[in-house]
Amino acid sequence: MSAFALRDIAKAHGAQAVLKGVTIEAAEGEFIALVGPSGCGKSTLLRIAAGLDRPDAGTVSMSGRDVTAVPAAGRDVAMVFQSYALYPHLTAGQNIAVPLAMRELSGAQRMPLLGPLVPGGRARRADIARRVAATAASLRIDGLLDRKPGQMSGGQRQRVALARAMVRQPGAFLMDEPLSNLDANLRVHARGEIVELHRRAGVPTLYVTHDQAEALSMADRVAVMIGGTLLQIGTPQAIYDDPAHVEVARFVGNPRINLLPGRLAADGAAVLAPAAPQEAGPGSVTLGIRPEALGLRACGPEVAAAAVSRLEFLGSEVLVFVRLAGSGEEAVAKMSPAAAAGLRPGCPVALAPAPGAALAFAADGARLPAPAPARIAAGAGR
Amino acid sequence: MSAPALSAGRALRLAALSAAALVTVAPYLWMVSVASKPRDEIFSSSLRLLPHRWALLDNLREAFHRVPIGTLLINGAVVCGAILVIQVAVAIPCAYAMAKLRFGAARLMMGLVLLGLLVPIHATALPLYVAFRRLDLVNTYTGLVAPFSVSVFGIFLFLQFFRALPDDLLDAARLDGMSEAGIVARVVVPNSWPAVTAFAIFSVVAHWNDLFWPLIVVTDNRVATPPLGLFAFRAAESGSDYGALMAATLVITLPLVLAFLFAQRRFVEGITMTGLK
Amino acid sequence: MAEALRSAARAPGRPSGARRPAPRPAAGGALPLSAPALVLLLLFVILPTLAVFGLSLTDYQLGDDALVFVGLDNYRDLLGDAGFRGSLRNTMVYAALVTPASVLIGLGLALLIEAETRGRALFRTLFFLPVVSLIVAMATVWQYLLHPTIGPVDQLLRLVGLPGPNWLGSSDTVLASLALIGVWQSVGYNMVLFLAGLTAIPRDLYAAAAVDGAASGWQRFRLVTWPMLGPTTLFVVTISIINAVKVFETVQTLTEGGPNRASEVLLFTIYREGFVYLRVGAASAMTVVFLLLLVGLMLLQYRIQDRRTHYA
Repeated sequence: MSAFALRDIAKAHGAQAVLKGVTIEAAEGEFIALVGPSGCGKSTLLRIAAGLDRPDAGTVSMSGRDVTAVPAAGRDVAMVFQSYALYPHLTAGQNIAVPLAMRELSGAQRMPLLGPLVPGGRARRADIARRVAATAASLRIDGLLDRKPGQMSGGQRQRVALARAMVRQPGAFLMDEPLSNLDANLRVHARGEIVELHRRAGVPTLYVTHDQAEALSMADRVAVMIGGTLLQIGTPQAIYDDPAHVEVARFVGNPRINLLPGRLAADGAAVLAPAAPQEAGPGSVTLGIRPEALGLRACGPEVAAAAVSRLEFLGSEVLVFVRLAGSGEEAVAKMSPAAAAGLRPGCPVALAPAPGAALAFAADGARLPAPAPARIAAGAGR
Repeated sequence: MSAPALSAGRALRLAALSAAALVTVAPYLWMVSVASKPRDEIFSSSLRLLPHRWALLDNLREAFHRVPIGTLLINGAVVCGAILVIQVAVAIPCAYAMAKLRFGAARLMMGLVLLGLLVPIHATALPLYVAFRRLDLVNTYTGLVAPFSVSVFGIFLFLQFFRALPDDLLDAARLDGMSEAGIVARVVVPNSWPAVTAFAIFSVVAHWNDLFWPLIVVTDNRVATPPLGLFAFRAAESGSDYGALMAATLVITLPLVLAFLFAQRRFVEGITMTGLK
Repeated sequence: MAEALRSAARAPGRPSGARRPAPRPAAGGALPLSAPALVLLLLFVILPTLAVFGLSLTDYQLGDDALVFVGLDNYRDLLGDAGFRGSLRNTMVYAALVTPASVLIGLGLALLIEAETRGRALFRTLFFLPVVSLIVAMATVWQYLLHPTIGPVDQLLRLVGLPGPNWLGSSDTVLASLALIGVWQSVGYNMVLFLAGLTAIPRDLYAAAAVDGAASGWQRFRLVTWPMLGPTTLFVVTISIINAVKVFETVQTLTEGGPNRASEVLLFTIYREGFVYLRVGAASAMTVVFLLLLVGLMLLQYRIQDRRTHYA
């Protein structure tokens, strides 16, 4: 039984289908990153998971209970928003206490000033204050509890938002790009912290992001959504090494995978055919080669299939951009500085993909069985 | 830029501004001046601002004797206060629903609001008065307040303001377990004080100064508002005791003017905001 | 002023509903939240408005138990009613006097204040004072100021050897005198709106204009200020006209339409017809005319605004 499941979720805004039957099931304590380009429907899916939106079709269940019709307030989920959505008029401590006060205090007990006088109010309030303090301490924001959101930095606000989500120990965490408003340094640091918090809480987490690096580095499993369809869900390694669809391959990995026209030869070998991309016929495929697998061999002009156009030095490695002869397409290879030592802009080179590194995709984007090692078809393509 | 020299242009500018300010303020100066003068001086030397003999207290005593100024001010406060509270209580939830919730009547509401913006009280006064007479609401606080219980303008103003509230904030409140009414009370209102203040100032200024509707619906001095009371006194006086008249005028004008001088920045912001949004 | 501001529905650069919120959940709370407003709106705005149209087709008199449908008779009577035509004309003259003066002086004061570095708040406060002052009270003061024998204005004029006119007491000058009071009262409001419009003009535009060779203040005004203030000006003009058409308090307080009906204006005529003479049917027909006038003004504003959307 999955701890948290979305099954066959469909949703349309007017005539436009936003989600076309998406199924994601999270196991107890699992961290799933939902990744995709903006507009792919991932945020809508998260809102449906939270109970903020109703699906047109499909079910949402938590711990086996169907909660599709239960509104947000009645579900046992907590959410961290991209904008943090802290109540600007309340202090950090009051913000963190809201979900507890809403659920555990009666209307009379919540009243300002009079609340503590209502029977039972004082004890419950003390209990809430204790839990707020404990959560704040675990996130190291106990010094900020009296400040209002306007008086805090972005990183501090993000922690308060996390604390507000964690304080009531919900059945599931939903996070909507919670790191995208932080600056780059803080973001990398916060990644580790969220993963750590998730381990400690042991609650299934659905984490929406458009940043594939974030998804790969944080999640147990990554779900890639494009155009309202879930194209693949799997471990980060599987998503990277074994993409099920050309769009998944294209979206995951930085720098982007090289997608080059090719064809399958009679013997099953994949043949790069850079010169004749428009001659798409039977047997023509798209070959995906990760930059780190695309080797380059310096050679004389007579066999050159490409020329170096520019180099980007990144410290531990170098990105070499080459322009293919004939088609004029650009490809990128990632290699060690030593391997790139002899290359200069303008150098003629031949492509030398690592054996077995090429992924073949059919015209509709679907993955084809692993082809034999790629060959380079030089010159005219034969 | 700070402390520029007094160039010819700037001198001219300051002179123009000062002259205009003098014209603007002149009525207030003479109001105080006449209210301080004994009757014979009012009729003899009106160009002199300071009286030879101060009679402010006499005039005030006369004014309070002949006009129930205390009652008028209390009526004004009660009526304006009631109008404001009801308007805010009615307009805020409605504007929230229109701005942030999807519901069938939203388009109808928007149409009615835009229509209502075109229709002033002057246009609805006749049927309202006919109905209020039937319902025995003439000469009552209810009669004074009821036509203004819904402020189309207020709905419109809050609508504009609420649209700018982040949706995430409201979603967070829903996840935290609040009902829609709870969100209005606990999240929307506390974060809308600028709009509420602006609207409050606008509403109080408008209804404190209104003569048209009170003139129609009130004939009894006991529920008269300040403009109506002053109007009645002025009509009865017909210009013989300017000193008492000006003293009454002074006392009745003072509360709002003082409030304005205390919080002039908020007033100007409020009126501008309500005007330009 | 209340009703004037109500018509502030559409402001420069703020077309209503420009940014629809993202589709929200169809929350059950929407109807209960808006129901009170909806009911009150129907009760106090929509129904009475319809009733005015209905009553204008009857001969209803206040106190009568019955009413007779008379078709368009009331409107026909209005066409032949010299008094009503005079009232309409007086209203137009008043609006034609007040609007340009209060708009131009308001703009002038705003520009002067904007250019001045010191005393801005003081001047703004002083000019705004009349807007928040009880108009009935201030009209009373103005009546004293303009009094032909004891009023300081005429005394001042006599001092320099000019004959002081009988401001509110002569049919030749009464509308101009009321207009003077109207301008005095509304200039501050217009000034504040213009100040807001001026603040919204990006400083860079002035720098760019200076670099582009607009050397004099007048050139910069023509090149930047005036066009950028376009939407504000349109709004201020419309509001000023509507406010002028709604003039009532000063007339009711000071002249009661006199002398010799020279200051009878639309709202005053409606008030007297309906609430003094109790002829509700006829007054309703006048109200319909008044309402159509307001609608016409708003439509005119929309038309002009739409044609000049490039500012927004």
